[in-house]
Amino acid sequence: MATPLETDGVWLVIIAGGIGTYALRLSFVALFGRLDDVPEGVERALRFVPAAVLSALVVPKLVYADGALALSPGNPRLLAGALAVLVAWRTEDILATLVAGMSGLWLLTFALG
Amino acid sequence: MTSPREDFLSGVRVAAPIILGIVPFGMVAGVAAAGVGMSAIQALAMSVVVFAGASQLAAIELIGRNAPVAVVVLTVLVVNLRHVMYSASIAPHFRRQSAKWKAALAYLLTDQAYAVSLLEFENDEETSRRWYYLGVAVPLWVAWQIATIVGVLLGAQIPSGWQLEFAVPLVFLAVLVPAVTDRATGAAAVVGGGVAVAANGLPYNLGLIVAALVGIAVGLAVESAFSVNSDDAGGEGEDRRESGGDRADDGEVA
Repeated sequence: MATPLETDGVWLVIIAGGIGTYALRLSFVALFGRLDDVPEGVERALRFVPAAVLSALVVPKLVYADGALALSPGNPRLLAGALAVLVAWRTEDILATLVAGMSGLWLLTFALG
Repeated sequence: MTSPREDFLSGVRVAAPIILGIVPFGMVAGVAAAGVGMSAIQALAMSVVVFAGASQLAAIELIGRNAPVAVVVLTVLVVNLRHVMYSASIAPHFRRQSAKWKAALAYLLTDQAYAVSLLEFENDEETSRRWYYLGVAVPLWVAWQIATIVGVLLGAQIPSGWQLEFAVPLVFLAVLVPAVTDRATGAAAVVGGGVAVAANGLPYNLGLIVAALVGIAVGLAVESAFSVNSDDAGGEGEDRRESGGDRADDGEVA
């Protein structure tokens, strides 16, 4: 299925994504009621979803610049991302991570530009 | 005994500082939605219907890259798979609620509402499950919707030189870093990110799905290898089960 994302596509994403997400939330609350009922393999796999998915979303944003790999100090997003990782690790705070990463990006863009 | 009203209000008090953390996240979702050309109504509809920040940002990202509808929906579901775990974990506490209440409570299930409520439920038998949870979850819901609208309104005003789209990966980083708690989750993150870079050129933006699946598989493999080692070091599994009182000391219990 390769429907292009026109307005209808966006609505389809909202509706299908919403129904599916709701089904995930309701699943055990509605049907079972015990953690023991989650198959052990599924439960183990679910533990890795946040780390694997979020990293897959983030890392390409940091290492690509204008469509090409840019693993040099001249890529401000790489350094700003590294700073954000440090702040996220120390504070575990979304706002602090945002402020540090954006300030870092602006300063580096200014310094390198 | 506490009254439902008191339980609701103590939930609200716990939610207040969490709101400070999710407001910028919601604003980023609004700004990003406006940035890829979604209308204000679509942005708000997504926040109301999907109501899951990281998956919304992932969807907006892919919408901006004109990915196929099926890939975007699949991505939303993969990002939100963890809710199955929350659902299973909190379900025993909601067992006595009516079907209608279960349906409503499940809609409000988020990382924050889950974590805070479960902690309270496990510490206090008396707390009203329904009202404490609603006290936490409803303010979070309201704050998320308002933050989205503010973000959409701001988004149109902000010059592109500010590179505000970088806020999206930063929010993911802020959620990702605390999710890496041991070497298995670390391996899942490193491999997921690495495969995503390598598979960046795959059609339909399938690289993300492939990277997520490979990352999860590697995490499982590392966990298995590691637990075999610690079984060797820690002796027979049965011995440990018999000394039930020591279970809190067993680092492997997740």
